[in-house]
Amino acid sequence: MNRWLLWVPLVLFGIFFAVVAAGLIRPKDNIIESKMIGKPIPEFVLPAAIEQRPALSQADLATGKPQLLNIFASWCVPCIAEAPQLLELERAGVQINGIASRDTPQDIANFLNRWGNPYVRIGTDMRSIVQLELGSSGVPETFVIDGNGKIVHQHVGDIRKEDVPALLEILESAG
Amino acid sequence: MIAEAGLIALWLAASMAFLQFALSAIGLVKGQDELFKAIRPVAIAQGVLVAISFLLLVWLFVRSDMSVKLVVANSVAIKPLIYKISGAWGNHEGSMLLWIAIMGVAGACIGIFERNLKQKTLVTTLGAQAFISIGFYAYLLIASNPFERIFPVPADGQGLNPLLQDIGLALHPPTLYIGYVGLSIAFSFAVGAMITRDVGPEFAKAMRPWVLGAWVFLTLGITAGSYWAYYELGWGGWWFWDPVENASLMPWLAATALLHSVTVLATRDGLRAWTLMLAVVAFSMSMIGTFLVRSGVLTSVHAFAVDPERGSFILALLAIYIGGAMALFALRVGSVKEGSQFEPVSREGALVANNLLLSAILGIVFIGTLYPLFVEGMSDEMISVGPPYFNLATGPIALILVAIMAAGPLLRWRRDSAKALLNRISIPVFLTAAALFALVLFTTSMSVLPLVGMALAAGIAVASFAPLWKRNLRRTPMHTYGMIIAHFGIAVALVGMASETSFTEERLVAATPGDEILVNKWKIKFEAIEPVAGPNWTALEARVTAQYADETIHEIAPQNRMFASAQMQTSEAALLTRWNGQLYVVLGDSDEQGRWQLRIWWKPFVTLIWYGGVLIALGGLLAMIGRLRRASHQKKQRAYAEAMI
Repeated sequence: MNRWLLWVPLVLFGIFFAVVAAGLIRPKDNIIESKMIGKPIPEFVLPAAIEQRPALSQADLATGKPQLLNIFASWCVPCIAEAPQLLELERAGVQINGIASRDTPQDIANFLNRWGNPYVRIGTDMRSIVQLELGSSGVPETFVIDGNGKIVHQHVGDIRKEDVPALLEILESAG
Repeated sequence: MIAEAGLIALWLAASMAFLQFALSAIGLVKGQDELFKAIRPVAIAQGVLVAISFLLLVWLFVRSDMSVKLVVANSVAIKPLIYKISGAWGNHEGSMLLWIAIMGVAGACIGIFERNLKQKTLVTTLGAQAFISIGFYAYLLIASNPFERIFPVPADGQGLNPLLQDIGLALHPPTLYIGYVGLSIAFSFAVGAMITRDVGPEFAKAMRPWVLGAWVFLTLGITAGSYWAYYELGWGGWWFWDPVENASLMPWLAATALLHSVTVLATRDGLRAWTLMLAVVAFSMSMIGTFLVRSGVLTSVHAFAVDPERGSFILALLAIYIGGAMALFALRVGSVKEGSQFEPVSREGALVANNLLLSAILGIVFIGTLYPLFVEGMSDEMISVGPPYFNLATGPIALILVAIMAAGPLLRWRRDSAKALLNRISIPVFLTAAALFALVLFTTSMSVLPLVGMALAAGIAVASFAPLWKRNLRRTPMHTYGMIIAHFGIAVALVGMASETSFTEERLVAATPGDEILVNKWKIKFEAIEPVAGPNWTALEARVTAQYADETIHEIAPQNRMFASAQMQTSEAALLTRWNGQLYVVLGDSDEQGRWQLRIWWKPFVTLIWYGGVLIALGGLLAMIGRLRRASHQKKQRAYAEAMI
């Protein structure tokens, strides 16, 4: 047998190690813009994530009034950071819909109890299927949807204090 | 105090593992054989201590000790006992403790039962086993202590994920883990043998029962997991190519290849290096699988950021153990002597083909599972690899594999003629051709893969019994029966898969009570909808009657369950099993106008998939018992012969 052949398994494992380690170390701040901007929301139906809020489907997002669609998860730390801003938007009269990504109902309920619940509807997306269809690559992400159910804007990452006025403006102009 | 006792037991077990490793390493380096005598008792002590630690954790869950963080996060006081117990491993820390407990007990089992291995190899094996254990002990004690207290003590816990409150899932992880971790024995054997360069039939014979044992549990675990996903998730599918499922399939593929190649090594002293490699790969796949599932690196890269410590820790362990074993392989195997040679048309040839094809499937599954991670690392694009890739890529190879499986046992060792083989296999070949012809003629809805699979199954079912041809049935060794049953089980499962894929009928209706729905020969009547309550849930239950042709009417009751503690709905599918298939009814949501969504499947012969799985495991069990009995019988004979001289 060729001597060098014996090293092949180690080399293959090295490649595996490199890929996984890169996934581990790589900063997660890449911003990926959705290809869905300007397009109507894909068809979807998500079951209710918690008892107290109804389920979510794309039909609920085309009601003639612009809305926010926020993708979040209880395991996501930036989602905690943006929670006060979402509550602020809610107080400003914005209708916010949630999609809980890869989460359990008990965790979602705990999360909302602790950090506040700005959502009118929350759908649960166990396998990120709808999330991927929306062109979202992570949590948190927020979409502005106009009255006809078209995506007009995507906000990647947590909503900071300074982002709130801009979002309100976009919502205004979408209406 | 129980939590502290558990933690102390865990620390003691860890120090025993360290001692075990030190004894083995020092003994080997310095050549001090007297140190070897202590190694078996130390291995046993480690196994007992870690088992105690695990049992104490279970006890904490049974007592619902809400001063322990893990119990609070994963249990509630009002919950049936069995789910309190299973709550102990239905979480990250507890399942890692279960993992290391099984590993310790496996090491103890080597210490107690292994009498066929040369002393030096045995000592090295136990040293390697301890070396792996140390890493996982460190992981538990440093990064995920299951016995951590919480203060202030909350009144009640947060409950176990309702999906996990199911008898199937209560038993599924321990079974699977015994399989996963059982493969660590093969891994340690291989490391031991590479260090001592003692690779030969004796070594293979000593390793084989351990591999078979782990493989039986792995087979049962996968079968049970598949059935659990089938009835609990309410999606009517039995395999989703989900990363978690793939994580259990990959070690199984490697272990299946290993138990075939180890036979070549035991019988013909061939495939030495290859068998060692497979033993290393099998357990590496177990560890990688556990890592992928436990770290969340695949399901969501973002979850990693929440706890990078754990992910990096396990990854470092993988690098040390897998990288170390593979480096050892590269350095040492060159000096392991080549075993004996053989012709391509021979039993060995068929087994090599089996190994190559299994490895190819393993490679495809591995790449498919990791590809999303790879692409994301290269380009920032998010992709998801699903059933279309896996089915298309593995299906044809799997079918070639099972075709070879039919022929392999009919070949002679070393050298055989293709013509003689054709002679022996003519009836199964004819049956396959006839079945193919009949299926093409009488069915319309079958696509190519299930069609060929079904036809092959007919041939294999007969071919698997062919090794009994013209043999004295009572003198045929038990392990041969084991092989026959396992191969027959593959045919059975194949029929189930092909039938489910091709002949399932599905109806989705919005029904009001009183409606009647027809599916295949079933007459299904939606009678009423009623609220019901269980120990820790309430549910809406549909009362449904179902009648097949003109037979008796059965009552079934699919539910929509709401768990008190978790505010989560689960759908409890109602199943009605006949000999020729299963009726599967799921209750969906209402449209608030008195209509309820009912999803109804009729799945002909779907149960054969899991019966097949059980048969395969049973075959493995028979083979293991047969091999062990023969080994002890031969030992007695040898002792008797020596006494006579």
